[in-house]
Amino acid sequence: MQLMFLLEQVVNGLVLGGYYLLIALGLSLIFSVGGVVNLAHGAFYALGAYISLEIGKRLGFVSAVALSPVVVGMLGVLFERFLLRRFYTADPILSLLVTFGLAMVAEQVIRIVWGAAPLPASIPQELKGAIIIGDFLFSRYRLTLLAIVIVVLAAIWLLLHKTSFGSVVRAGIQRPDMVAALGIRLQPYMTTIVALGVGTAALGGALFAPITIVHPAMGAEIITAAFVVVVIGGLGSFWGVVLAAILVGVVRGVTIHFLPPAGEASMYVLMILVLLLRPRGLLGERIEKFE
Amino acid sequence: MTRIDRRQVLKTGAAFAGGSALGFPAIGRAQANVIKIGHLTPLTGFLGALGAYAQLGLKMAEEEINKAGGVLGRPLEVMSEDSVNPATASTKAQRMLEQNGATVLLGEINSASAKTIMQVAARNKRLFMSIGARSDVLRGKDCNRYTFHVDIPVTVMVNAAGQALLREGLVKGKRIFSITSDYLFGHDLAKAAKNFYAANGGTQVGDELVATDATDFSPYLLKVRQAKPDLVSTNLGGNQVTNFVKQYAEFGLPFPIAGFNLNTADAWAAGEGNLSGIWPTVWHHDLDIPASKTFVADFTKKYGKPPENHAWIEYVTLKIMAQAMAETKSTDTDTLIAYFEKEPQFDLLKARKGYFRSWDHQLMQEAYPFTVKPKGQAKDQWDFLKLGAAVPAADQPLEVLAPTKEQSECKM
Repeated sequence: MQLMFLLEQVVNGLVLGGYYLLIALGLSLIFSVGGVVNLAHGAFYALGAYISLEIGKRLGFVSAVALSPVVVGMLGVLFERFLLRRFYTADPILSLLVTFGLAMVAEQVIRIVWGAAPLPASIPQELKGAIIIGDFLFSRYRLTLLAIVIVVLAAIWLLLHKTSFGSVVRAGIQRPDMVAALGIRLQPYMTTIVALGVGTAALGGALFAPITIVHPAMGAEIITAAFVVVVIGGLGSFWGVVLAAILVGVVRGVTIHFLPPAGEASMYVLMILVLLLRPRGLLGERIEKFE
Repeated sequence: MTRIDRRQVLKTGAAFAGGSALGFPAIGRAQANVIKIGHLTPLTGFLGALGAYAQLGLKMAEEEINKAGGVLGRPLEVMSEDSVNPATASTKAQRMLEQNGATVLLGEINSASAKTIMQVAARNKRLFMSIGARSDVLRGKDCNRYTFHVDIPVTVMVNAAGQALLREGLVKGKRIFSITSDYLFGHDLAKAAKNFYAANGGTQVGDELVATDATDFSPYLLKVRQAKPDLVSTNLGGNQVTNFVKQYAEFGLPFPIAGFNLNTADAWAAGEGNLSGIWPTVWHHDLDIPASKTFVADFTKKYGKPPENHAWIEYVTLKIMAQAMAETKSTDTDTLIAYFEKEPQFDLLKARKGYFRSWDHQLMQEAYPFTVKPKGQAKDQWDFLKLGAAVPAADQPLEVLAPTKEQSECKM
C-alpha cells in the first residue's frame, strides 16, 4: 500500500512536470538563441493569466486559452524589437537589469489595471472533478492540461527539428557567426523565438489561472522555479528542459510524501546536486559562444 | 557576437531571481505641524492582496479624520510602505521612527513581521498597533508593553469556527487531517487547532506543513485521499487558502473541509463553486449593523468594491488611535498606553463595543463563523459567504473565547 501511495505521487509528479515545462521551455529557448536570461518571463505568464480571464469573460474558456498566448506573443514581438534586441551582445548584467526592471513594471501595471486583489477564476464545469484509473486519482483538468502540453511540445520540437526555420535557429544557437556568413539575418528568427517563448509562458498562465490564485505577483512567484528547471536541464537542450521539468515534479511529490516541509526546497537541492555532478546541466550542450 | 560568460549570466540571474526583496522608501513631505503615523503592511508576496485592502481602509480613515479637522487640531499624515519580510519590516520601522518622525507605528498582517516590528517598538519605547497579525505568541510569550493587538488571535479563530464544527458533529470521534502553513502564524494556528480537537474528542490523523510559496497542493491532496479523513482542516495563510480550495474543488475530494483562517479577499479569489466548509472571520461587509453598513456604503462608493476585513480593521484602528490622542490630548507613548490600559470602550462597527485587555493588550471583540451560500443564492461576486451569529453570544462576556490569563504566557 505504501508503495502504491508513493507511485501515485510519482505519477502526479509527471503531470506536474507539464506545468514546470510550460514556464521553463520559453525561458530556455530565449536564453539558448539570444544568450539573454529573460527575468521578465514570469510577467508574461501573469499577463497570460489576466488576459485569459478578460477573454474568457467574453468568449469562453477555450477561446481564452487559445487567444491569450497569441496576444502575449504579440507583446513579445514588441518586447524583442524595442528592448531585448539591444542587449544580445551587451554585458549580460544589462539584460538582467532590464528584464528584471520590466518584470517589476509589468507587475505594477497589472496592479493598476486589474487591482491588487486577486481575481476569481474557475475550471469550466465539464472539466471539473477527478478520474480514478486503477487506484490512481487524476484531476480531469490536469489530464487535459497534460494533453495540451504534449501537443505544444511536439509542435515546438517539429518546428525546431523538421523545418528550415528550425535549422536556422539551431545553427544560430551553435554558430551565429557562420549563419551570418551564409547571409542569413538571425533577427527575425530571434523575434519569432521570443514571441513563441513568452507565448508558451502565457499559455501556462491561462491554463493555471483556474487552479491557482490570480494576483499581480504570480509572475514573480514562478520565475525562480522556471530558472531552476532550465539550469537543471542544461542550457540549449530541448529534452534537457523536458527531463528537468518532469524530474522537479516527481522529486517534489516524493519529497512531500516523505518530508512535507521540504517540498518546496527539494528543487533547489536537486539543482545543487546536478550542478555539482554535471555543471552543464543534465543534457546541456557545449555551446561555443557561452564557453 | 561577443562572447558571453555563461557562468556569470547564471550567477547574476540567480541573484536576481532570488533577491527580489527590494524596497523603496517613501518620500515624506516635511510639515512641522502634522502627526506622522508609520504604517507597514505586506503589499507583495502571499499576503499582498490583503495589504492592499489594508491600505485602502487606512487611507479612508485618514481622509475622514483630516476632513473633520484632524487630531488635536493637527492633520494626520500616514506614511505607508510595503513591509516585504520580517527583516525589512524591522529596518523600515526603525527608519520611520528615527528619520521620518513617526509618532506611532501601525499595521502588519504577517505575524513574523509583526514580531520584529514589536521589538523595534519596545527598543524605541514607542507605540505599535499590530493590526492584522493573529499569532497567539505575539500577545502571549512575545507580548510587550508597547504593542496593542487589534485582530482576533488564533485561539479565538479556532474557537469561533470550532463552535460551529461541534454543532455540525464534525469533531467528536472523527478523524481529522490538518494542513498547516509553515511559518509562525501557521504553527500557532495548528497548535490551537490541535488543542481544540483534543479537548473535543477528535483525532488528528495527519498534520502536514506547506511552505508559504507553494502554489501546487496536488501531492498534499493525494495524501488527504490516502488518509480518508472525516474532516480536512486547514491552518493556512493568505493566498495559500485560495490555492488550496481551488485545487480541492479541482480534485473533487468528498471529505468536508474547514479552516481556521480565511480572509474575505482570499475567499472572493477562489471563484464561484470552489469554496465550501466552515471558517471564522473577524468582520464581513454584510454585517447587519447600521454603522457597519454606512462604512461599507462609503467605502464601496469611494473604491468601487466592498471592503474586505483588513480594510475594515485598519479603518477602525486609525479611528481608535485618533480617539485616544483626542481624549488624552497627547501623542505621548506612556500617556496613550495608560489610556488604553484603563480599558475604554471603542466602537468597532459591530453589535458590541470592544476594549483592549490591560494585561495582554488584546482587543476583545466579537467574531463570526461563516459558511458558503448554496449555488445561485449569491447576489454578486462579493456575496457568496453566509455569516453566522456573532460569538461569543450576546449574554456571554467577550473574553470567553480568548486565552485566559492563566493560559497566557504574557508577562509585561
